[in-house]
Amino acid sequence: MNNLGAYIVKRLATTIPMLFVLITIVFILLRVIPGDPVQAMLGGRNVSKELIERKRAELGFDKPIHEQYIDYLAGIFRGDFGKSLRTDKPVLHEIFSRFPATLELAFWGMFIALILGVGTGVWAAVKSDTLIDHGLRIFHIGAFAVPLFWMGLMFQIVFAVYLGWLPVGNRLGALSMAMFQPVTKFYVIDTIIKGRLDLLIETLKHLTLPALTLGIIQAGLLGRMSRANMLEIIDLDYVKTARAKGLAERIVVFKHALRNAMIPIVTVLGLQFAILMGGAVLTETVYSWPGIARFLIRSVDARDYPAIQGTIIFIAIFISAINLIVDVLYAQLDPRVRY
Amino acid sequence: MLFTKKILDGLTKLSPILKREKLLAVGLVVVLLFIIVSILAPYIAPYDPITYRSAPRLSPPTLAHPMGTDQLRRDVFSRVLNGARAPLVVAFGSIALSMSVGTILGLVSGYVGSVVDRLLSVTMDALYSFPSIILAIVLVAVLEPGVDTMIFAISIVYIPTYFRVTRSEVLTIREETFVEAVNAMGASGFRILFKHIAPNVVNAIMAVSSFNIADAILTEASLSYLGYGLPPPTPDWGFDIQNGQKFLQSGFWWLVTFPGIMIIILSLGFGLIGEGVSDLLNPKRKRKKA
Repeated sequence: MNNLGAYIVKRLATTIPMLFVLITIVFILLRVIPGDPVQAMLGGRNVSKELIERKRAELGFDKPIHEQYIDYLAGIFRGDFGKSLRTDKPVLHEIFSRFPATLELAFWGMFIALILGVGTGVWAAVKSDTLIDHGLRIFHIGAFAVPLFWMGLMFQIVFAVYLGWLPVGNRLGALSMAMFQPVTKFYVIDTIIKGRLDLLIETLKHLTLPALTLGIIQAGLLGRMSRANMLEIIDLDYVKTARAKGLAERIVVFKHALRNAMIPIVTVLGLQFAILMGGAVLTETVYSWPGIARFLIRSVDARDYPAIQGTIIFIAIFISAINLIVDVLYAQLDPRVRY
Repeated sequence: MLFTKKILDGLTKLSPILKREKLLAVGLVVVLLFIIVSILAPYIAPYDPITYRSAPRLSPPTLAHPMGTDQLRRDVFSRVLNGARAPLVVAFGSIALSMSVGTILGLVSGYVGSVVDRLLSVTMDALYSFPSIILAIVLVAVLEPGVDTMIFAISIVYIPTYFRVTRSEVLTIREETFVEAVNAMGASGFRILFKHIAPNVVNAIMAVSSFNIADAILTEASLSYLGYGLPPPTPDWGFDIQNGQKFLQSGFWWLVTFPGIMIIILSLGFGLIGEGVSDLLNPKRKRKKA
């Protein structure tokens, strides 16, 4: 266990500089590149000079750039992300109130991506060079090419508008939303805690289309990788030995080959999560999902700089944390990794 | 004369390759078709995509308007044909930019090593780990909207890819005997890097770039869907889909469906080229597949 501790420390030593660089890039993007964020924020050119000056001083934009940078880092370190200009509440509060929605969506999206991606990938590899394999490969390549937002809209038109099976968006219907008092804000968990089966079903119905949209796109990449890994491993001697011993094909595939084929998949999970967060921006927009990605878009549209900055840094920290966890998991899974 | 002969020579050399690499052939045909359409669109489109406004409002596909019409009485088919230009220009532009910047940084980083390498690698890893579309949104949002901004924002997303590919290639090639030989002959570092190492990186980059263009098409569409693309009357698939979304719940499906199909076909075309090029450069991969 001590070894593991040392490994985590070692990994943190690479994660922290990376995070620092990202935070710096965000600073440069938002403070150095645009002409005048304050003017853009207040909108239009006919705002009085005094008002602009006052706002600049309030936000600390009148200080020299290096002092601004130090203030900025200090704020992040203290967990002070400033106040949203649009809602006038602390940015961190805004983020935390929306983050469970994003996380719940991302979790189910990832779940679908893994089941669908790994499932079809392994299936294609086992049925290598048959019609099934070709069909699944087309699915994998095709999933790359479909714009996520477009697929979301098509799902809406088919399953919500024409068939009327599922809702077009949001986490719950308006009435249930108004009456429901969330505890953890993860609605699947909340509805179970409260024993509200009706609301659980409603929650799942609302989750289905967004999670499918997010999952299917990811499944393409995972499917390709699973197929390639599986094909490579099926050819290895130890798998041939297992077959030669007369083991059932099912056991050879699932017990011997799949386990090793999955190891490289774990390494990309961290990266997949980053792509998933990007996909969340579009999914949340299409399905009016009240998560942080939609908050970010709204903040961008309102030129709410503290909110944009805070949300991006929050996402950066979150993704770094996920990557760290994935790496530690990987080290645990693969005995060849020595830490 | 010499130039045309060279092109003809190139084509004759290419044709047997295309016969073998079917994916590459199909991809090339699709992409060339879209490029031709994007250039000829103003002449071959039945109506003007912006000024023509005398069609019936929100009509479903008919013979006169094969992809229907929108709420401003414009012809969707004409807008779809003209809409190919923005994604193509933005995708090619951004990949060209990120390829040059990423490759040069990767060459330098891999060859020079030490602090420069560490600093650049950390920066690139940081950019790489961050959701690309969010990065692009922020860039587009703080800058003036337009083609240049889109190209710039999207290119930032792909620089780390080229950096990583080039750097890892350089690290291997650097150790090869031929590099040692030119070094012993007294060639300068600059000469070794650009004259002897760089050409060997090209293959790896070619394979990556068509996949990146496929992805850039989607990124462009996503940005313009979110409203950060070219200013409104310009035909652009992503923005036209956003416009159509408002009418989706009333059952006007054609506004969203057709531009989306175009995005898919174009992106798939580049994806197939990528598959073909990868198979071509890595015959082992092909055999494995069979």
